[in-house]
Amino acid sequence: MIRIFSILVGAFFSLALLLAFGTGAYSFVTEPPAKTVEATFYEHPEKLSLASDGIFGKYDKQQLQRGFQVYKEVCAACHSLKHVAFRDLSALGYSEAEVKAIAASYTINAQDPLTGEFKDRPGMPSDKFPHVTYAGKGVPPDLSLITKARHGGAAYIHSLLTGYSEQPAELIKAFPDAKTPDGLYYNRFFPNLNLSMPAPITSEGQVTYSDGTKATVDQMSKDVSAFLVWTAEPELEKRRQTGLWWMGFLLFTTVLAYMAYRNVWADKKGH
Amino acid sequence: MSFPWANEYKPSHPLMQWMDEKLPLPRLVYNAVGGGYEVPRNLNYMYNFGFLAGLCLMIQIITGVVLAMHYAPNTLVAFDSTEHIMRDVNWGWMLRYGHANGASAFFVVVYAHIFRGFYYGSYKAPREMVWLLGVVIFLLMMATAFMGYVLPWGQMSFWGAQVITGLFSAIPLVGDPLREWLLGGFAPDNAALNRFFSLHFLLPFVILGVVILHIWALHINGSTNPTGVEVKSKSDTVPFHPYYTAKDGWTVGLFMLIYSAFVFFMPNALGHPDNYIPANPMQTPAHIVPEWYFWPFYAILRAFTVDFLIVPAKLMGVLAMFSAILVWFFLPWLDKSPVRSAKYRPLYRKFFWVLVLDVAILAYCGGAPAEEPFVMISQIASLYYFLHFFVIVPIVSSIERPDPLPFSITESVLGHDGQAALGAKA
Repeated sequence: MIRIFSILVGAFFSLALLLAFGTGAYSFVTEPPAKTVEATFYEHPEKLSLASDGIFGKYDKQQLQRGFQVYKEVCAACHSLKHVAFRDLSALGYSEAEVKAIAASYTINAQDPLTGEFKDRPGMPSDKFPHVTYAGKGVPPDLSLITKARHGGAAYIHSLLTGYSEQPAELIKAFPDAKTPDGLYYNRFFPNLNLSMPAPITSEGQVTYSDGTKATVDQMSKDVSAFLVWTAEPELEKRRQTGLWWMGFLLFTTVLAYMAYRNVWADKKGH
Repeated sequence: MSFPWANEYKPSHPLMQWMDEKLPLPRLVYNAVGGGYEVPRNLNYMYNFGFLAGLCLMIQIITGVVLAMHYAPNTLVAFDSTEHIMRDVNWGWMLRYGHANGASAFFVVVYAHIFRGFYYGSYKAPREMVWLLGVVIFLLMMATAFMGYVLPWGQMSFWGAQVITGLFSAIPLVGDPLREWLLGGFAPDNAALNRFFSLHFLLPFVILGVVILHIWALHINGSTNPTGVEVKSKSDTVPFHPYYTAKDGWTVGLFMLIYSAFVFFMPNALGHPDNYIPANPMQTPAHIVPEWYFWPFYAILRAFTVDFLIVPAKLMGVLAMFSAILVWFFLPWLDKSPVRSAKYRPLYRKFFWVLVLDVAILAYCGGAPAEEPFVMISQIASLYYFLHFFVIVPIVSSIERPDPLPFSITESVLGHDGQAALGAKA
């Protein structure tokens, strides 16, 4: 009885699926989905290699400092970094005094502990990067987690920063309606090809590096991408280091446990 | 099961004797997972996943309780408090990555455990209750995992909650009020986040309770084994300790190695980047996808794209998705084959492997965007899924001619001569 009922239920779902499949297949054949402009012209991020790649990778502090400089002088005009505290910057190799000086160069609107009023004061190492007021349309995303929040991570950021161009002529020819609207900018690495951020890094020497590195557009984009990997994963080096020790310990105990297992089962045939 | 030849607990130390008279807890442990529990000697590595599932539950409860000490279930600060755990709490990143990847590990292990049951007919009499309780555990796990994923209040958290609670609105008449009652509002918001947190903390302990019942029911009849032949004599079994404690013990090491590789070296490999974007009710993500362990069921949900008879497509999808799991409750009565193990069921074995492939295809389609050809593929794969459980299993179990079974577990391990030799000795 239960099996007859079961076969009926199975038939019910199967018929519904066959109908759905038939309908879908019919419209797939009669009206094949048109190729979209995104599917044709979007490109996956180009490969980017950073010092922090791989399980033994470590941050290149010099590069992170350069990336921080690019963030501060370029990105920070619109993008906040709210999960990062100034004290965290000591991980980039800054001394305590340097961290204090960097913090003090920011203005923090905070409650005065004596009067309870909100007042502007110079930043302290314990403060986080302050809110950034953006006057234009939309909300530029906070950058603290950006490399974890996008497919492709740092490679995507680097490709996006260097991927601005005019719309290709073939695109306009194939998709005349897909002209980039006013106020948006064409970028082949952006999932829907047009974004509201204009190219932020445009010319060589836009930032003056103090370590003598030549500030090409590609170099600056690479440096800021590396910096944003750090803001998203400040624990990365400690995590991998801990992981290596822990995996070594586990490997050792697993081998011991395996030998114990062989020993215990030695008198039982078939194992 | 207490076979007559099982070792008896005989405490030698006076303190343990005193304890045994007042509260025989050590005796319970000895008889449950110690030298007093006799287990078939021929269990293969597929039988290790139950123990590992218990380990995963412990990992989740321990990391989860500590995470709850630092997390704040309020839509204004939930996302930031998660980042606070990642950055400011000592070893917070390890707790959180351990918990997030622990959920994935738990599902990997439990899926292996369930498919072991499908293959070796673990659900069959007299172990139906073990199986039923197992399905209850799986359903509780799904609910717990879903609510846990909402807690960081990222984009996928919010939109996942929106989609999954939206399923309830497909129910005729009471659907919308029911959804609003469940959420405590018209959309996921603070009320929903708070109750999800409360339930996410509660349910693991409910799972623990059902796990205890699951193990209790298991111990009434004892484990199955790869031959599916019941235990007949002392030579068929070995005491759980030290034999299976040693075997489970080293696979715990192996499991921890793989799990730790994810936690320490690729902690975000199984997650979705969008959940690092704070929840934004005004901006729908391009593709809303649940965590990978829900993909097969998500594919089934989305496969129903047209209305059928009087049932709207959305309700069909919801009914189908729940039926896809609820049918497991009926499996012991749908599969009437007296032979348990697929090892001796040539026809069922083939369909089993088709099912494995089918679920893998469903999983792939569930993770892919809802576009062609994935929708058509998931329709065909869902079709097979339903045919398998509702039609093929019942029919195969009545028409199949099983291969000859070994006389006993001992014979299957030692061969015919070994059994004869043992028989001669006895």
